[in-house]
Amino acid sequence: MNYEFGLYVFMLAAFLGFELIRRVSPLLHTPLMSLTNAIASISVVGAILISGEDHASLLSRVLGFVAVVAATTNLVSGYLITDRMLKMFRKREPAKK
Amino acid sequence: MSVFQALYLVAAALFILALKWMSAPATARRGVISGELGMLLAVVGTLMRHEVVNYQWIVVALLVGAAIGVPLAVLMPMTAVPQRTAISQACGALASALIGTAEYYHRYPTGFTMAALSIEILLGFLTFTASLMAFGKLHEILPSRPITYKGQNVVNLGLFVIAVLIGIALVINPHQSGLFPAYVALAMTFGVLLIIPIGGADMPTVIALLNSYAGLSASAMGFVLDNKLLIIAGALDGSSGLILSIIMCRAMNRSFTNVLFGAFGQLQTSAAAATEARPVRSASPEEAASILEDARSVVVIPGYGMAVAQAQHKIRELHDMLVKKGVEVRFAIHPVAGRMPGHMNVLLAEADVPYDKLVEMDEINSDMAMTDVVLVVGANDIVNPAAQNDPNSPIAGMPILQAYKARTVMIIKRGMSAGFAGIDNELYYQPNTLMLFGDARSFVSSLVKEVGATN
Repeated sequence: MNYEFGLYVFMLAAFLGFELIRRVSPLLHTPLMSLTNAIASISVVGAILISGEDHASLLSRVLGFVAVVAATTNLVSGYLITDRMLKMFRKREPAKK
Repeated sequence: MSVFQALYLVAAALFILALKWMSAPATARRGVISGELGMLLAVVGTLMRHEVVNYQWIVVALLVGAAIGVPLAVLMPMTAVPQRTAISQACGALASALIGTAEYYHRYPTGFTMAALSIEILLGFLTFTASLMAFGKLHEILPSRPITYKGQNVVNLGLFVIAVLIGIALVINPHQSGLFPAYVALAMTFGVLLIIPIGGADMPTVIALLNSYAGLSASAMGFVLDNKLLIIAGALDGSSGLILSIIMCRAMNRSFTNVLFGAFGQLQTSAAAATEARPVRSASPEEAASILEDARSVVVIPGYGMAVAQAQHKIRELHDMLVKKGVEVRFAIHPVAGRMPGHMNVLLAEADVPYDKLVEMDEINSDMAMTDVVLVVGANDIVNPAAQNDPNSPIAGMPILQAYKARTVMIIKRGMSAGFAGIDNELYYQPNTLMLFGDARSFVSSLVKEVGATN
C-alpha cells in the first residue's frame, strides 16, 4: 500500500475536521460528540471484513464476532441518541403558551 | 474502481457533510441523517466485497449489536447522556482493538503496517478500559472523587513508556508473539490508571479526549487495512475530540497535562475544612418567589446539581411563569458546566426551554451588572469569584460567570458543603446573596407554587 498517500489523506481529513468542528455552536457540543462517537463506529467495516473471511481461524471468528457486536452497539445507540437529542432543540414558537 | 470503493467514497463525503450540517441547530438533524446514510453505505459496501463470504455470524452479530444499542439510546434518560457516551465509546474502542488483535495473529504484519497496528491496539485497549472507568465514575458505581497516591505520575508514565517500548519491539520483530499479550495488558492497565486521578469536574475534557483516541484508533486501522474511508472517518473523529477537549481546557484555564496529571480537587479539601462557619443569609421559597416576581431580568445559572436533581423541567415551569409576568429570563451556560461538553444545553432543551434563551458566557457576562436576580441551580466553581480574585486558588484564572455582579444572587444548595473542587465560595457570603437551602428540584417546585399562587 502507498503509505505516503494514506498519510496525506489523514492529514487533510484531520485539518478538515478541525475547521468543521470549530464552527459548531457550543449549544450543540453534546450531540456533536454523540455524532462523532457514532462515526467512529466505522470500525464496523474492519470487523465485518475480519469475521467474513473464508479461511479465518477460530480466534479471528470469535474476535470478529465480538467486534461486530461492539461496533454495532456503538453505531446504533450513537445515531439514535443524537437524533433524539436534536429533536428537542427548538426555537421559541410564537404560539407557545 | 469497484462498486464498494465508490460507495466508500460517497460515505466519506456524507460524513464530512454530517459534521458541516451539525454546526447549526437548524441543519443538525440533516447532519445526523447524512451520517446515518454514510454508515449504511459503508456497511452495505463492505458486505458486497468478495472477501466477505461468511454472512451468518455477521448478521447475527449485527442483530445482537442493534438489540443492545437501541435500548441504550431509547431508554437512557437525558441526564445519563455522559455515561451513555462513555459506554458507547468503550464499545467502539473495543471493536477496533479486537480487530487489531485478530489482524496481528492472522497476518503478523511488518514495517509500517505493524506500526499502525500497534498504535491501533494501544489506543483501542487504552480507550476501552478508560471509557469503562469514566462510565463507572459518571454512573457513580465508582467514587467520582479523584484517587491519588504518591508517585502516581511516575507509575503511569513508567507504564506508558514500557508499553511504547514493547510496541517498538513488536514493530522490529512482529513474531515475538509472547510480547503481544503483555502489550495488551499494559494498554488496558494504563487506561484504568489514567482515569483514577480524574475528578468529575474534569470529565468533559477527558470524555472528549477519549473520543479523539477512539477516532485515531479507527484511523490507524484504516492504515492497517488499506482503507481510506476508515482513515478519513477516524481522522474527523480524532480532530473533533481533540478540539473539543482544547475548548474545555481553555474554559477552565488549564493545560492538558494539568487535567491529566493534576488530580484536581484533592489537595484543597483540607483547606476548605479549615474555614470556620461564616454567617450567610438564607431565604424561604416565599421570599425568593416574591423577589423573582419583582425582578425585570433574571439569569439562571445551571450546573451539574441541576442534572443530579433532575430539576430542568421544574425550572422550565418557573421560566414560563416568570415570562408570563413579564420578567425576562435567560440561562447562562458555562462551557464546562455538567459532565460533558454542552451537557446543560441538552437538558434544558429536553425540558423544552427554547435554545435562543441559552446564552454563552462571554455574551451574558457583560449583562450581569444590569441583571436583577441571578439564580444559581446546582453550580459552584463556575461562579466562584476566587477564580478572579485569589491568585492562590486552585481554580485561579478560570473564566467564570460573573454572578456576583448581579443585584441579587440566589443560590439553591443542599447545605454549606464545599463544591466539587473542595473550594469555599466567596459568593455565598456576599451581602446581596441569599442561600436557598434544599434539594434543587423540590425548591424550584415550591418556587413555582409560590409564583403561581400570586397570579
